[in-house]
Amino acid sequence: MTTSGWETVIGLETHVQLRTKSKMFCGCSTAFGAPPNTQVCPVCLGLPGALPVPNGEAIRLAVRAALALGCTVHPKSVFARKNYFYPDLPKGYQISQHEQPLATSGTLSFISPERGAMGAGIIRLHVEEDAGKSIHDRFPKATAVDLNRSGVPLIEIVSAPDLRSPAEARAYLLTLKQLLEYLGISDCDMEKGSLRVDANVSVRRAGATELNTRTEVKNINSFAFVEKALTVERDRQIAVVESGGAVLQQTMLYDSKENTVRPQRTKEESHDYRYFPEPDLPPLALTPEFVAEQQSDLPELPSAKRDRFAAQYALSREHAAVLTASRAVAEYYESVVHAGAEAQAAANWVMTEALADARDHQEQLRVPPPALAQIVALVKGGTLSHQAAKRVFAEVAAKGGDPRTVAEALGLVQVADTTVVAAWVSDVLGAHATEVARYKNGETKLMGFLLGQVMRASKGKADPKLAQRVLEEKLASAR
Amino acid sequence: MSDAKAIADRLTKVRRLNALLTPSKDLRKSLNAQAAAARPTGVLYGMPVAVKDNICTLEFTTSCGSRVLEGYRSPYEATAVAKLKAAGALIAGKTNCDEFAMGSSTEHSAYGRVIHPLDKARVPGGSSGGSAALVGSGALPAALGSETGGSVRQPASFCGVVGIKPTYGRVSRYGLVAFGSSLDQIGVFGRSVHDAARVLSVISGRDPRDSTCEDRDPLRLPTVPESLQGFVIGLPREYFPPELDPAVRRACERAVRLLKEQGAAIREVSLPHTAYAVPTYYVIAPAEASSNLARYDGVRYGPRFNGAADVGSLYRSTRGQGFGSEVRRRILVGTYVLSAGYYDAYYRRAQQMRALIAQDFRNVFDRGVDLLFTPTTPTPAFKAGEKLGDPIAMYLSDIFTVTANLAGLPAMSIPIGRVKGLPIGGQLIGQAFLEDEMIEAAYALERVVPATDEA
Repeated sequence: MTTSGWETVIGLETHVQLRTKSKMFCGCSTAFGAPPNTQVCPVCLGLPGALPVPNGEAIRLAVRAALALGCTVHPKSVFARKNYFYPDLPKGYQISQHEQPLATSGTLSFISPERGAMGAGIIRLHVEEDAGKSIHDRFPKATAVDLNRSGVPLIEIVSAPDLRSPAEARAYLLTLKQLLEYLGISDCDMEKGSLRVDANVSVRRAGATELNTRTEVKNINSFAFVEKALTVERDRQIAVVESGGAVLQQTMLYDSKENTVRPQRTKEESHDYRYFPEPDLPPLALTPEFVAEQQSDLPELPSAKRDRFAAQYALSREHAAVLTASRAVAEYYESVVHAGAEAQAAANWVMTEALADARDHQEQLRVPPPALAQIVALVKGGTLSHQAAKRVFAEVAAKGGDPRTVAEALGLVQVADTTVVAAWVSDVLGAHATEVARYKNGETKLMGFLLGQVMRASKGKADPKLAQRVLEEKLASAR
Repeated sequence: MSDAKAIADRLTKVRRLNALLTPSKDLRKSLNAQAAAARPTGVLYGMPVAVKDNICTLEFTTSCGSRVLEGYRSPYEATAVAKLKAAGALIAGKTNCDEFAMGSSTEHSAYGRVIHPLDKARVPGGSSGGSAALVGSGALPAALGSETGGSVRQPASFCGVVGIKPTYGRVSRYGLVAFGSSLDQIGVFGRSVHDAARVLSVISGRDPRDSTCEDRDPLRLPTVPESLQGFVIGLPREYFPPELDPAVRRACERAVRLLKEQGAAIREVSLPHTAYAVPTYYVIAPAEASSNLARYDGVRYGPRFNGAADVGSLYRSTRGQGFGSEVRRRILVGTYVLSAGYYDAYYRRAQQMRALIAQDFRNVFDRGVDLLFTPTTPTPAFKAGEKLGDPIAMYLSDIFTVTANLAGLPAMSIPIGRVKGLPIGGQLIGQAFLEDEMIEAAYALERVVPATDEA
């Protein structure tokens, strides 16, 4: 089987948990990992007579996401009930939005690995509440239900079928994740379920324009599986069509252990959700002033920041991309530069030492920006060698403190006093008469050896540039 | 303490009505505790108020007249109940009602029918029949009921008491077990306009727990007006059809004459979409009910029926056996009208018609009419069993009351006479959030109408 001659058409429906303290329609905590059924109240338990009250912060975050995606935010949107029976859905319906969503018609700009810079259409973005969690593997022959998650605020972002490969879908998703993290509206952790994605997939002959029957791929629960799951499903569909069969409209569940997809039992998916406007909530009205305020309050978004970094700090696009991959790193880098560090040197330090250290320490950027700026300056001014500076960085990261004081305490400050350096040089020349003689006979590569001996004599403290200059002068004068 | 005992004794004496679901022993115990805790400074201090069984209370179970919630104890109480208690009132038990407030006769309770206080062969109306019967029997000065399509006014009319349904959004629905959420309001029964109005005043006002409750101060109690000079009262011709019961017509004509004598200007008006109100109601209310009642599945609370092998059969047995026939009928109708392919033909059209019905009222009020006067029901209390086999006939007993729910307007029923000993109610429909004007007119009418005389 071959994929050449085929085109894949993918649209993604992404559910994102909003970073709020309390749930969408009640005051219960959204904290992850609490003992089962401890973060619940009459509202999120769906007890008789309880009523929902919308969480203003969740609405604000949803509006910001919509604006960052260039969507039209509607002055009036309507909550709707999505009705279905499931034990972890305590009201027998989910409060969502249907005919009149919060926002429509946006674009996500991203870099496709195949097609370069492009935009994927965003059809709609709406607000809804999460269901609880059914746990099937905890008790034999029984299902346990944890309703801590019931009522947690979500947005659903529906893309147009604009993606043309599994790799492109992955790039879209990573860019979306980066954007939402920048906005501070979600931690986008697929493993914790705070970002979930379902994919609509179909295939067609290259050059065709019609949309063929699609399937919905679910249960993609890690970024690592997005491309794999979609590739498996694409290949399955191509095989079906090439062997003369037809793709059925159905839901496919991805199994990451086997790297396979299997159809969901049709019984589970034959839902008629009987949507209708939620009578317990008035339409959601947003004033133009509120929306404008959120718009003007948006942070600089990743692509804009990347372009600005490249221009303002004369960085390569690759470096700018690394430094703007997360808002925290970008802000850290700029603080280092604002604290006086030279832009390219600061970039090098952040991309190597700072990011490596963060990776090993829960993504914490442990060296304060002014301290890193000082380290950069100490290297530039000749006070620290690069190697010594790395040691100072590690020490400051682990224990804090002023870099110069730390360097002095560790005895790493370079000696730039010509008299002192000259004394070391004289000692070395005296102790290595043979090598000096060979050098004078034309073996100039021994300069490296002699310089090394000077550094050793100084216990690494001699300013290497000064040491080399003095060494060269003495060897020349002694000739 | 003696107050609590006297209240319990009075309620025990009318046990034969089957109006109260709370056992006498539990009631006595709770009333004693409540009397000890009640605030002596509250405006309703010591006043016993019974509460319909679909309103959540901490003191008593809340079964909604249904098997599916048999023995259910709410861990929280309705805002209206909390406000009553804060005003010093005593919650005098839970009253029998049609299951989940679906019915017009209180024959659809899983706990047996309620007897009319004046004629044991007849129904007290419904769905708040227990509350109406208790107040009608004289055992209590006031009780809470709930309305979705006339469930306070119709039984008030049948039992010869005052019943008020406030504007949608006047009283918090928090803790009122939902039937048709866009129509539901807690209402009050009183022996007199004053008793009903002062209870309404206490339970009204903003509640941050109910997004559909208006951000307004509690209703200010109006005083009894000296005359109705300046009031323009409209008589919608659609509410006086040729087939109207002659005694009801006579009682209404007498009431109109009395309103006029007190200075009100009377004007005939038209609400042209009235004929569509009942069908519109019987699409919207069941649609919302089908969703609101989905939560009664036996998973989290309430009894489970049969040892279900899997979750699907648990749902089927709990809902099949836990709900009565009228509730099942409405869930089926509601599910149908919301289904893909039928939504536009039924639910969407019903919403459009609802807007037209509301517009009818606005048109009349915009032309200088302050209030409308109509009969509350087409007939006095009917006999038990008379309409049980014919749901449509039962539904039509709400024909004059459902419009106020669809339009969200305040409306009330007050006794205006009797026929063969059975009470007849007259209805006042007011403008949104102008309950005070409606209550003023009711005071004026109450003062002069021979409420217990034959019409």
